[in-house]
Amino acid sequence: MSIIEVAGPGGFQGGEAMVQPAEETSAGLLRDAFRRLRRNPLAIFGSVLIAIFVVVAVFAPLLAPYDPVATDLSQIRPGKFPGPSAEHLLGLDQLGRDELSRLIYGARYSLLIGVVSTAMGASVGMSFGLLAGAFGGWVDSLVMRLMDVMLSIPGLLLAIGVAAVLGRSIVSIMIAVAVVNVPIFARLLRSSMLVQGRSDYVLASRSLGVKRRKIVLGHVLPNSLAPVIVQATLALATAIVEAAGLAYLGLGSEDPRIPEWGRMLAETQSFLSSAPLLALWPGIAIVVSVLGFYLVGEALREALDPKLRS
Amino acid sequence: MTETRVSVSDRAYDGPLLSVRDLRVTFSGRGRHDVRAVDGVDLELAAGSTTGIVGESGSGKSVSSLAALGLLKGRGVTVEGSVRLNGRELLTMPDAQLRDIRGREVAMIFQDPMSALNPVLTIGRQLTEVLTRHAGLDKREAMVRAGELLEAVGISAPGQRLKQWPHQLSGGMRQRVMIAIALACSPRLLIADEPTTALDVTISAQILELLRTLVADTGTALVLITHDLGVVAGLCDTVHVMYSGRIVESTDRRQLFAAPRHPYTTGLLASVPRLDQPRGTPLLPIPGSPSDTRPWRTGCAFGPRCSRHDEACDGGPPTLAEHAPGHLARCIHPVVPAVPKAPAGPS
Repeated sequence: MSIIEVAGPGGFQGGEAMVQPAEETSAGLLRDAFRRLRRNPLAIFGSVLIAIFVVVAVFAPLLAPYDPVATDLSQIRPGKFPGPSAEHLLGLDQLGRDELSRLIYGARYSLLIGVVSTAMGASVGMSFGLLAGAFGGWVDSLVMRLMDVMLSIPGLLLAIGVAAVLGRSIVSIMIAVAVVNVPIFARLLRSSMLVQGRSDYVLASRSLGVKRRKIVLGHVLPNSLAPVIVQATLALATAIVEAAGLAYLGLGSEDPRIPEWGRMLAETQSFLSSAPLLALWPGIAIVVSVLGFYLVGEALREALDPKLRS
Repeated sequence: MTETRVSVSDRAYDGPLLSVRDLRVTFSGRGRHDVRAVDGVDLELAAGSTTGIVGESGSGKSVSSLAALGLLKGRGVTVEGSVRLNGRELLTMPDAQLRDIRGREVAMIFQDPMSALNPVLTIGRQLTEVLTRHAGLDKREAMVRAGELLEAVGISAPGQRLKQWPHQLSGGMRQRVMIAIALACSPRLLIADEPTTALDVTISAQILELLRTLVADTGTALVLITHDLGVVAGLCDTVHVMYSGRIVESTDRRQLFAAPRHPYTTGLLASVPRLDQPRGTPLLPIPGSPSDTRPWRTGCAFGPRCSRHDEACDGGPPTLAEHAPGHLARCIHPVVPAVPKAPAGPS
């Protein structure tokens, strides 16, 4: 594959020399990383999973064959639900709702919770990290001790606490997951900024009289973002699992109509012996979507590694 | 308001461009002995002149220059003495004022062009940053000027280079970019800290030649910090040899190579291959290593490695004494040139 690409149009030296500059002038570091991502089969597989997940979530109303909340109790007998059939590809759940449609709509909630909670956690955490990394001294100590306190509380317990205080809803799940992410992002950005702050180009900028604010925001911060980007991708995966876990524990929305994957797991577990497939479907959905984000996150980590850059 | 005052003092002042007096830099760490990296350096530099500072790793060359520009301020570093640029004291100057001077009146080039450029910003962004900061240009003017600067340092297709990232340039080109950035605001003083150490021989010769012509054309004074005597020979009017944080020999370039006085300098010269010596002449390393040094207050720091060392050297710090007109050496038993081989020095 790669051999064909290199030796393909225009041969070796000539082709490269002619193609490279035009492409390279517009190529930033992200483009550089993207190029490396494309060569990683696992990254492509992961991106495909994410793409499917996102498409399903966005176009749920078009893709779902049935209304996810419409019940068809006529087909339900106690302890016995119709399995997969031509009409209902994944069968019906305990209330006679189409399982496939519920899964498809469930992708919306997972994606929404994952993206929003990661975004909240990352932005708040990065603000703390930036504060600590930019000012150092007592600001650094204060912020980092605060983060240590947050880290010392087990994530799940913290999430349960937040959900308990704010009440059962999707929003409180988002906040709970975000809060867990805050210290992780804060520490990551701070340590990354400390490393970059000692680099030669920062010394060079200082020797040119560039102002502090500009050095921090224009030089140190952009160079410190690579690990944060990777962490954000991985945090998305974790957020989906955590959200499902919290919903499974009954901390999600009180509205029984909402087809959240974790809650679907919880609701069907009492029918595990009679209808095991009903628990399997949401489980598979969770695993596949999380896997996609993990694969891409790991590939990003490699692609953004400065040591691999020539 | 500040600017007018600066320019007035500029006109009135006719002393040396740079005057360093008794510069001392001490690193102190918790629970460790203080390390005095620079131990009383005196230096004077006329406008437009080129000066070399030579010494091995750890002799305090780089630390002196960083300290002089106020780049070492921080916990655990004490900088004492006096550094005057154009008559204005830099060491006690407030940071904001110092930042106005750095990049505009004095600039620095660093050793490793691979790491001294910001990897995530384009060459253009990094060049224009200085121009908008100090020269008062807007972004578009700065970009035009940046292109001219790249052309001046011998980079082809500057328009295209401006849009590129550092990792797309070779080491030699990156160092040219660094030089362009440093000279962007036509500083009066350029400090080059081992500008060619990270480059291969041919590229390093090109870079030195570029520095030489640029400095000559613009009238910028150059301080060249190096461990390479060959670099000094090609570029510098005067040379200071540093050892263990002090200058041990100061003279002009011809004197240094023709009639070195300090045993350390002769040692350095003997350890470099020379074309004018018969083939097969062995290179003589200086015995010991820089870690064999001792604090100057107990005697000559070079004593433990010196072949001319005796009890007199242990009495206390030797002073920098004039052994020939314009030729200073910090040694009690200086090397006396046996027979002046070449008509060097005062004839």
